[in-house]
Amino acid sequence: MITARALTKRYGTKRVLRGLDFELEPGGFLVVTGPNGSGKTTLLRLCAGLAAPTSGTLDVSVDRGRLGFVGHEPLVYRELTALENLDLYGRLYRVPERRERIGMLLERFRLWDARSERVATLSRGMLQRLALCRAFLHEPDLYVLDEPFSGLDDAGAELLDRELAERRANGTFLVATHDPARLERLATARIAFA
Amino acid sequence: MTRFAADVVTLARKDLRLELRARDTLPAMLLFVVATLVVFHFAIPNSSSRLAANGLLWVAILFTALLGLGRAFVPEREHGVLDGLVLAPCDRSAIWLGKGLAALAFLALAEAVALPAFALFFWGVGGATLAGVALADVGICLVGSFVAAMSVASRARELLLPLLFLPLAVPIVIGGVGASVASGPGRYLAFLGLYDVVFAILCWASFEYVVTE
Repeated sequence: MITARALTKRYGTKRVLRGLDFELEPGGFLVVTGPNGSGKTTLLRLCAGLAAPTSGTLDVSVDRGRLGFVGHEPLVYRELTALENLDLYGRLYRVPERRERIGMLLERFRLWDARSERVATLSRGMLQRLALCRAFLHEPDLYVLDEPFSGLDDAGAELLDRELAERRANGTFLVATHDPARLERLATARIAFA
Repeated sequence: MTRFAADVVTLARKDLRLELRARDTLPAMLLFVVATLVVFHFAIPNSSSRLAANGLLWVAILFTALLGLGRAFVPEREHGVLDGLVLAPCDRSAIWLGKGLAALAFLALAEAVALPAFALFFWGVGGATLAGVALADVGICLVGSFVAAMSVASRARELLLPLLFLPLAVPIVIGGVGASVASGPGRYLAFLGLYDVVFAILCWASFEYVVTE
């Protein structure tokens, strides 16, 4: 599903990725680890199509609409409610039975009671759960998740554990994390940046 | 409704809803345009020509639009939401057109106050001027939204937007003032219409490259 050959990314004079080679087969679960600034986020943004490689080749054989992305920002409008944000993305992604699906995700991620609150009033953990709802809304084939456990409390992290385990059979995963032990039983491959 | 049109409506409606909640663009545009016309009223002598007064109307419209366009992509910039929109499987030019339509709505509302105020302080507004304003609004908002998207990624965005937009708006001012004061406004209105069509096609075709690396 993803093939990278001699993948390099520079920002100005700073080389963030240097000649990276890897493959992620359909159904695979690739865990990316490394210290801050090692290039994890850059790799995920490249794979999501949000940035272009400086050199090398990167082939991601999935349509844009079949990709679910969680980044450092929740990618939601702070002045809209959780429901309005998910409805916006549901419309843009042409999600079938949109309202039912949004309701189900909000229930599952324990955001139903906060559905009509402006996102600006939500806590960091609730924002992260909303970001996960947004990324999972259209049942993507490829999940690109950058620190998906970030900001989640224990209950939220366990919820995400269960969600990833359930989706593992029907999706391909590229996940950057500082806590690889948490994903140990799901991972099929690893990249560790120095 | 085609998929593209549905996406444009969805995105424009989202911008209108954001403005209804935050109310940080339209009130500023309304205050600015009225204040500008008041300043012009006291700054130029009563004996000034209709030509000069019409020129001031277009200056007020252009800078009011610039004020609104400067805030057009603020919600997307502040929270990185543009990435979310870029990832969505819609034609990326729908982002530009949705933003342009929302900007057009804000500018039209500002003009609904500005034109009567202009008539009160200076001269009445004729049909040719109204037609010119309507055509100019389309060009201002489509080109302005495009340039606003270009400048949003820059550190010097507050400087970049007027520097890029004002030269592109010169033909709009020429056409608008011409439509307001010429005895035969038809060719100026046709010029504004042509500007709208040409720049709409250019913006639609190239917006993809503005929002992707």
